[in-house]
Amino acid sequence: MAIHLVESTKVLVQGFTGQIGTFHATDMIKYGTNIVGGVTPGKGGSKHLDLPVFNTMKEAVEATGATASIIFVPPPFAADSIMEAADAGIKFCVAITDGIPSQDMIRVKRYMRRYKEADKMILTGPNCAGSISPGKCMMGIMPGHIYMPGEVGVIGRSGTLGYEAASQMKQVGIGISSSIGIGGDPINGSSFKDHLAAFEEDDETKAVVIIGEIGGPQEVEAAMWTKENMKKPVIGYIAGLTAPKGTRMGHAGAIISAVGDSAAEKVEILTECGVAVVPNPSSFAPVVQAALAKIS
Amino acid sequence: MDIHEYQAKEILADYGVPIPAGGLAYSPEQAAYRATEIGGEVWVVKAQIHSGARGKAGGIKVCKSEHEVSDAANELLGKKLVTHQTGPQGKVCHRLYVEAGCNIDREIYLAFVLDRENESVTVVASAEGGMEIEQLAVEKPESIIKIAVEPAVGMQPFQAREIAFALGLNKSQINQAVTTFLGCYRAMRDLDANMVEINPLVVTKEGNIIAVDAKMGFDDNALFRHGNIAELRDKSQEDSREMRAADRGLSYVGLDGNIGCIINGAGLAMASMDMIMHAGGEPANFLDIGGGASPERTTKAFNLVLSDDKVECILVNIFAGINRCDWIAEGVVQAVKSIDLKVPLVCRLSGTNVEEGRKILKDSGLPIIMADTLQEAADKAVAAWKEATGK
Repeated sequence: MAIHLVESTKVLVQGFTGQIGTFHATDMIKYGTNIVGGVTPGKGGSKHLDLPVFNTMKEAVEATGATASIIFVPPPFAADSIMEAADAGIKFCVAITDGIPSQDMIRVKRYMRRYKEADKMILTGPNCAGSISPGKCMMGIMPGHIYMPGEVGVIGRSGTLGYEAASQMKQVGIGISSSIGIGGDPINGSSFKDHLAAFEEDDETKAVVIIGEIGGPQEVEAAMWTKENMKKPVIGYIAGLTAPKGTRMGHAGAIISAVGDSAAEKVEILTECGVAVVPNPSSFAPVVQAALAKIS
Repeated sequence: MDIHEYQAKEILADYGVPIPAGGLAYSPEQAAYRATEIGGEVWVVKAQIHSGARGKAGGIKVCKSEHEVSDAANELLGKKLVTHQTGPQGKVCHRLYVEAGCNIDREIYLAFVLDRENESVTVVASAEGGMEIEQLAVEKPESIIKIAVEPAVGMQPFQAREIAFALGLNKSQINQAVTTFLGCYRAMRDLDANMVEINPLVVTKEGNIIAVDAKMGFDDNALFRHGNIAELRDKSQEDSREMRAADRGLSYVGLDGNIGCIINGAGLAMASMDMIMHAGGEPANFLDIGGGASPERTTKAFNLVLSDDKVECILVNIFAGINRCDWIAEGVVQAVKSIDLKVPLVCRLSGTNVEEGRKILKDSGLPIIMADTLQEAADKAVAAWKEATGK
């Protein structure tokens, strides 16, 4: 089945007519994603890439029946766009935008609490490469061809490191059910834990790989959750063993500023919780292979 | 972005936080003049550098006369101060803050941080002031008071009162403390700060509350809407290479090793550094060249990495998504030709248009060592570094 995004998922593009939105919408359409239109305030009623453009998300959802959206809106306006998507009834949203102020994200997270659990939008990102269910639907900026359809779920903070893992697995014939990018920001829409739960329930997924890094509590939280709730094997990698303390490593969220933030500490807790740790970033394939061999 | 103590105090004072009388000085004469202006009998001369623990590094001098103030200023201006936060290279003091001394009865720790777990601003306080929070967390964890602020309504007076009473403040100090706490929170929220730290917040022998030190850090992503804060940037306190990188749209962090790294994506950059270590080498830097890397940007990345004299080998690792390997390869070839590269270069390309990229590198006739996988790239970089340096 894959999680969150499948062939039939109807996708809207927010920031559709801009340069970046246009470039990636074209790519996603080529991949086979069911893009049904987009939103650019003030350009409603026109056509772009042969698809309808709307002024607001509510109009767009009403006219197309879309349940998913991908956001390419510039940072000062992106938080607003996320809340607009949630309010329009979007179920799965990918925020690609890098550089959204942290306090804007705090407000977004607070705003989303107004919806009942069942109606709540799943937000991934911001500052992520997007998500893909290989061969079915791509909502993101990744090179789709490196992902092979298969039975392993992937959740990761980094885009290119996710590509690296996917291509290593493809080399040995391991495919992916869905790969979910949660992004590199300190406050993000959803965490490893949220998607682990979805993968646990997905028939098609046999094992899950989590790709984390220094900074923040999310990997540890995922490890604890795994120990209590996951029946499927979980494989984990943490980037940044060589990262110094107190220095931001590119991603806004990749900084060791509290106890438990370092790669070594996270690896230790992952191991304690029964996650199979990938010891170095060239060993994704053998560790995943070994985990799959154990269950078959 | 960090700012100086005196700047943080000016901001917080506008939000009602009590601070001692003080003034900025760029010379010993000015410092002595400030002391006269402030009046009193005891002054504190404080080196303005972007770091905590300045006292231990000799950056804070208590003076009993204007003459002593002038001497202290003379000693501190131009001095390089090394603390555990500045790293071994230290930071040079170009500005001084002269402040009225106060009679300290008690010291309190107070901080407002962006709490990633609660996704809110959290207030952290302890009656054991003067110590650093890391030390407090280890030695006196039971003394730490934590309260999360609900983002929809902001910090409430009852929360400020709870903290004040928990700190053991007496009735006459509660209102002052509440004003201070709420003021810090409003400054943090209004100005998109990601950290406000007052350590120590002092209770004077006269029973007043006063912020003796202040530190503020701001969210770089929100500076676009706070022009007055962005102007407070002091480039002399920032790593010149990291700053140059930021100006060029690159993300760079200097490290201690010898193998320079040029990589796309923060996660892959960290992973490649880890891989170098695994292969027996040490990375000289973190560098994320970003998406859509043009030949110009690639050349800039090479120049930046090579501006570090320690670099004795370069590893380029690109997994192209938005990037295209042929663009990167052209950039690498142009860069190597234009800068007369003297150290070995290992290049690993993967992803979009990889065949075209590899062909460009091969056809260039340059001595570029090619690698197919991450493992091979790290192994070859370490081997090339060892061969070139005989280490």
